[in-house]
Order: sequence, then structure tokens, then C-alpha cells
Amino acid sequence: MNRYRMHLMVCGGTGCRSSQSVQIVENLNQELKKAGMDQEVQVVTTGCFGFCEKGPIVKIYPDNIFYVEVKPTDAAEIVAEHVVKGRTVQRLVYKDPAGGKQIPASTDMPFYGQQIRIALRNCGLIDPENIDEYISVDGYQALGKALSTMTQQQVVDTLKKSGLRGRGGAGFPTGLKWQAALKQKSDKKYIVCNADEGDPGAFMDRSVLEGDPHSVIEAMAIAGYATGADEGIVYVRAEYPLAVKRLKIAIAQAEEYGLLGKEILGSKFSFRIRLSLGAGAFVCGEETALLNSVEGSRGEPRMKPPFPAEKGLFGKPTIINNVETFANVCPILLNGPEWFASIGTEKSKGTKVFALSGKINNVGLAEVPMGITLREIVENIGGGVRDGRTFKAVQIGGPSGGCLPKSLLDIPIDYESLSAAGAMMGSGGMIVMDDTDCMVNIAKYYLDFTVDESCGKCTPCRVGNKRLFEILERITDGKGTMKDLDDLEVLGGTIRDASLCQLGQTAPNPVLSTLKHFRDEYIAHIVDKRCPSGVCQNLIHYVVVADKCIGCTVCARNCPVSCISGERKTAHVIDQERCTKCGVCFSKCPVDAIVKE
Amino acid sequence: MAKLKSMEELAKLRDDMKNRTEMRVTGTNPDRIVLSVGMATCGIAAGGRDTMKTLVEELEKHGINNVSVVATGCLGYCYAEPVVEVRFPDKGPILYGDVDVKRAREIVDQHLVKGILLDHAIIGKGAGRR
Ligand SMILES: Cc1cc2nc3c(=O)[nH]c(=O)nc-3n(C[C@H](O)[C@H](O)[C@H](O)COP(=O)(O)O)c2cc1C
Repeated sequence: MNRYRMHLMVCGGTGCRSSQSVQIVENLNQELKKAGMDQEVQVVTTGCFGFCEKGPIVKIYPDNIFYVEVKPTDAAEIVAEHVVKGRTVQRLVYKDPAGGKQIPASTDMPFYGQQIRIALRNCGLIDPENIDEYISVDGYQALGKALSTMTQQQVVDTLKKSGLRGRGGAGFPTGLKWQAALKQKSDKKYIVCNADEGDPGAFMDRSVLEGDPHSVIEAMAIAGYATGADEGIVYVRAEYPLAVKRLKIAIAQAEEYGLLGKEILGSKFSFRIRLSLGAGAFVCGEETALLNSVEGSRGEPRMKPPFPAEKGLFGKPTIINNVETFANVCPILLNGPEWFASIGTEKSKGTKVFALSGKINNVGLAEVPMGITLREIVENIGGGVRDGRTFKAVQIGGPSGGCLPKSLLDIPIDYESLSAAGAMMGSGGMIVMDDTDCMVNIAKYYLDFTVDESCGKCTPCRVGNKRLFEILERITDGKGTMKDLDDLEVLGGTIRDASLCQLGQTAPNPVLSTLKHFRDEYIAHIVDKRCPSGVCQNLIHYVVVADKCIGCTVCARNCPVSCISGERKTAHVIDQERCTKCGVCFSKCPVDAIVKE
Repeated sequence: MAKLKSMEELAKLRDDMKNRTEMRVTGTNPDRIVLSVGMATCGIAAGGRDTMKTLVEELEKHGINNVSVVATGCLGYCYAEPVVEVRFPDKGPILYGDVDVKRAREIVDQHLVKGILLDHAIIGKGAGRR
């Protein structure tokens, strides 16, 4: 086999592919061929590097240079300058936004500085479509170790000792879940991987599947061995075509190598994995609704207990774990539970992957040790709030989570602290909001989502959330009363207590948390009929400041409903009755004479 | 690919595959040995490309994995190109001149494998006086 002196790693995650990273790979290969270097320099398509903000990313080994925002046309220069002559292409190097200093090595970037990569260990490091590369970084060693040196109980004990908790939302201890399934006597058991990932703004699981599918497959096989299951199912949404494709490739390769199938590595253990594609309903991420969906029924939740570990898929004992949970399993087996337990806080061990988005400088994927503060994530890794605006809140946990204000930025990230603050770990979506975001409107947005996604099986969720939404709508329309605030709290509490599954139980969280931390914004909408952030259309007016208006007629000519009148060179007037608040005049006025009130 | 039948076969495959990714894993380790080949216009004109290729091939032949071969710009010794700098992590750099294919083999054979410096080829001592 050829040994390459240089590796050009090109991000092949969904984000970078949508900005032409596939073309970059092609061009690099062409340029290398032209330079006669295709035998000594290798181009590798990898999974997500996490720094999506500045994608497409190209990382170069052994020089450890990190290029950002690379375009297909940059391939020629990278090859001619960097590959052939060893000169870094300065204009593609990442620049620290604070101070504008160039930072060529990823290890020196603040974005990576505080990260610890366990679940994402291979993302950006290997070619996810090549099992040999996975094997070269100790892939399938954990499975081999379990099969050849550990009893089922020892595997379960190792997980228990590690303190690993579910990364899909609820944070249930993984070792206990596996123990419960191991205990069951049954002719058939299943391992299910939950890759539904329905939270708006979340893309952690997708990135793991796209960047390192074997790590999940290997862990599922280990779970199968530990609990006596012989079949695994990955429930993945069909809207993740790249993840589906790479999973299929990975499963086929593992079968070819005998790492899935009959009598794996000469042991008595047999295990196979198949995919089940979801149609993208949020409720199907709930474990029992997911089981119904796999069975071919409607995606509606079941009563618990019995828990899936007792009676799951087709009535058989079933382990359901999240993608990221599985991605942590192999390193725990190889490095030992003590190693894992040494990272994180007393009750939350290891790391968590967060998908950073919203009004933040570094949109992307970051894996951080538990116990890090929100502030460290937002300010250091995320690079602070975008466009120099002021931070208002961070939304954590998606539609089941909550919004936390500035005063809570210093709480440590762990399951308990986040719940106590009115949010939740959830799957790891983290959306940053600034002073132009209206918190009442945000709450309404999330509720709109859950109303839409409710399966309709139980009344509190189906009807209650709809009523909550209507109250919010009243408030943002300027028709709310102070009594509405009490109603929101009482009704929200009832929905939380009475719904069948956590979709309903947690749906009021975005409302209750904003009501708790941003009550004054609600009151401004109700009492002053004013939206402090200038978002809610019915509560804002555009007015012409007569002193400033130069009568240029730009606003009048651009108004789509012709509701602005005035003579040339005299102040104009907006007819409030007919104004649709589209904001065109506001943005077109050359002298800023139109204000939003 | 035949199915893997035992833990030993898997371990062997891993060791065989190690050099596919080793550079990426250890590429940032400070204890790597770095061979820099002068690849500016002068270096390329003097045959730096062949020198580089040979170094990579020889390392592969000897199964040496903790060495990075990198291209570098003009070092100012244009008269002695192709120039190769050998840098062990805890030692000062050694600069060889006139490194043709034969000398590139010697560098790997003698300096890297046996730890013997090629005195006659060090710039300032013997090299560059053709
Ligand atoms: C409405 C709803 C949606 C959910 N969506 C997901 C999801 O997309 N992915 C996921 O792993 N867990 C999701 N969960 C949590 C699962 O029910 C379950 O707790 C999880 O898959 C267990 O795996 P873990 O212990 O590894 O976290 C969801 C729960 C609810 C109530």
C-alpha cells in the first residue's frame, strides 16, 4: 500500500457539502494529478469538523494547518503553494475575529481550546466510508475486547461504573438500562438506536452518523452482546440521506469483514443491524412511539411501564439508546470506566455535544466536558454574540427545553443544574438570542411546533397546548390581559402533569421558562401594548420623523401598498390604517427618518 | 476481504492499517521527527521532487512511522539544493545539501535508522562544494 506524505482532509458533512466541498475534493485530486503528486498526497473526505461557521474546511497533515471558507477555485493554489512548495496559503487561514490575528493550527483556535472529543473523536479524522481507517484508529477493538475477555455482566458493570447517562434527553443511566434488559429472560431481544433527532436546530446525531458511523454500529453490537440481543435497528429519519448512505456503507463493510453477522470474531455471538427510516415526525423520537413506528403502526406513545427494556419492540425486551450515547461506549470499554468518570461533574460524567446556532459568531458543533459553564460555551467557544449585539437568552433543550437569561450564564452544564433552572439538557441544541429577539414570540414559535407535532392521542397535549398557543397569540397581538399570565401558568402546569408522554409533559417549558425569566416582556406586551424587541407586528408602528424627512419620495415609491403620502421635498406621512408593517420603507429610507415604535 | 475470524486477526489488521491514519493522530505531537525538503523554485529545479519521493518511499520500506516529510520554502542555500533538514524533537536541526536520490536513501538508512550523521553531506562541512 502507498504511504502518503501528506493528507488533505476535506469536510464532507452536510453543511460543507452544501457549499461545494465535493467539488473541492475533485479539484484537489485533479490538481494533484497535474502536479504528479497524486501518489504521495492523499485527499480524504471526512465527517464534520464542527466549525461549520467557516466551512468548507480543509485541514492539512502533517503541517496541522486549518483552512476555512475554501472554495473549489482555491484548490490550484493550495496544491501549487502548500503541497508543492510548503508555503501556507495565508489568505485561507482562520483569523481570530478579536484582534484579527491569524491562527493556522486548529489546536490554537479558541473554538477548539476547551473541547474534549469523545463522541466526535473520529469526526474530521477519518474517512467515514472506509472501514480500514476506522480499524486503524482502534475501531472494533472494544467489541473484540468484550467478546474475548469480558462477560455480559462485566460489560454492563463497566458502563454502570463509567456513569454514562443517556444523551437523547432524559439522562437515564445507560448501565442500568442495559442491566434491566440483561435481566429479562426472552428468546429474542433488540437493540435500537434512536437517530430521529427532531429538535429544531439540532444536528449532533447527524454529524456522528455522517462522520463516524462505525462507532455507533460497534457500540450497538456491544450492547447486543451485553444483553443477549441478536438484532439491531437504527431508526433514522429519511431527511438525513447522507447519514443513511454512510450507515448502509458501514453496515455492508462490517458484514464483509465479519464484524457483523454470524459468530463474530470466532465467538458464539451473532448480531445483525438493519435500518428503519422515519418520516420525520418529532413524536417518533419518543422511544415508545418510535417502537410503534418501527412495527408499522402509527407513531403514538405507549404507556410506561412496562418500559422497553421489559416489553419493547414486538413485545420483546429492547434497549433504546441515542446515537451520541452509543458513540461514547467504545472509548469507555477501551480506556476504562474510571477514565470516563474522571471527566465531568459528580452526577454528569463525560462530555456533551452541543449544536450552537442562532445569534452567535461560531455556529457549529462543540463537544465539551460536563460542568463547563454556559458562559464559556457562548463566549469562548461560540465567540460571543454576533454583530456586536447584546446577549439576551440561550435556548437549551429544544421544544422541551427552556430559555435561560444572562443571570444564569454561570451555571454549570449538567442534567440537574439545567433542569433546576427550568431548561433541560435535551439532545443538545443551543440557540443564542440577542436583544432583537422577542421572548414571547420565541415561546410562541416553540409551542407552534409542538402543537403541530402532537400526535393527538391524549387530551392535555392535543387541546391544552393549542389553548396555550392561543393565549400567546392574543398577547403578541396586543389583546392580552394580566389574567392571561396566570392562565398560562395554571394550564401549563396541568399539561405538564397530565400528558401521556414527555412531548406533552415538557411542551409548556418554553412558555413557563420565559414567563419566569422574562416576565417584564410579557407585561410590556399586555400593559404597554409594546413589543420591546420590535418583533410582534401588531404592536409596532413605522412613523416618519418630520424633522428628518427630506421628502425624497423613496419610501412612497417602494411601499407595496401605497400607504405613504407626501409632496416632493416635504415630510411624508404613513397611513397607519393601511400599513402592513412590512418594513420596506424603514430599510429604504436614505436618511433614517423612519423609526419603529 | 475474507472475514476476520479472531481477535488476533483484527489486531493484525489494525497494525497493518495504522500508517493510514497515524500521521493525523500523531501529526501534532511534538515528538515527531521532521524532514523538510527545500521545494522552492531552486529546490524543484535541482531535483527536490525526486528527493522527496525517495524519502517517502524509504520510510515506507523501513516501516518508520514517526517521521513527517514536509515541503519547505527556500532556505537560502540555493547552491546546495536539494536541501533536506532533519529535525529531531530534542536536538538542533541538521542541514544536508546536494541530496540526490542516493543521498536521500543514506539519510534514512544512516541518520534515521542508525543515528549516524552523514558528515560529508552536512552543509558547511562537505556539501555544496561541487
Ligand atoms: C417528543 C420526544 C422526542 C424525542 N426525540 C428524541 C430524539 O430525536 N432522539 C433521541 O435520541 N431521543 C429522543 N427522545 C428521548 C427518547 O424517548 C429516549 O429517552 C431516548 O432515546 C433514550 O436514549 P438515551 O438513554 O440514550 O438518551 C425524545 C423524547 C420525546 C418525549
